[in-house]
Amino acid sequence: MEGGFGSDFGGSGSGKLDPGLIMEQVKVQIAVANAQELLQRMTDKCFRKCIGKPGGSLDNSEQKCIAMCMDRYMDAWNTVSRAYNSRLQRERANM
Amino acid sequence: MDSSSSSSAAGLGAVDPQLQHFIEVETQKQRFQQLVHQMTELCWEKCMDKPGPKLDSRAEACFVNCVERFIDTSQFILNRLEQTQKSKPVFSESLSD
Repeated sequence: MEGGFGSDFGGSGSGKLDPGLIMEQVKVQIAVANAQELLQRMTDKCFRKCIGKPGGSLDNSEQKCIAMCMDRYMDAWNTVSRAYNSRLQRERANM
Repeated sequence: MDSSSSSSAAGLGAVDPQLQHFIEVETQKQRFQQLVHQMTELCWEKCMDKPGPKLDSRAEACFVNCVERFIDTSQFILNRLEQTQKSKPVFSESLSD
């Protein structure tokens, strides 16, 4: 986690920690971090899939490819998440 | 988390059991998410040829199999390492060097 996290805690200056507020802030920051990570990986994957020799701009076919790639990467993420969750459930059931 | 983060987290946990539980749950969720990110990236390379208008059933089946085999592989590696360590302690030898 980044430095900003620390300042969030101390921001009020009252010196009193509000667990509810802290938990809410942590959840938001984790969600942002996850979204950023997904975006970063998706950008890398779609660039590799859709851009051959980089031209002067993104042409129509490249843009269409990137759009489809983004959608498919999200599908893949969801499928992997479900499959992994399902596997964890099975492993727990067998314990 | 680095050590300072984990120590401050432990400090917060000591203040409030609810917060302690929250930290444990969120940490576990984050570990899950990280592995999903990692496996998606890995399985994308194995299962996705040309991204089309939808995720076809063959590709979807490939992703599911990929997740299962990745976990099987990591379990196999751990088990084999444990067995190897019992008969021939590789790590302790290298550690003593």
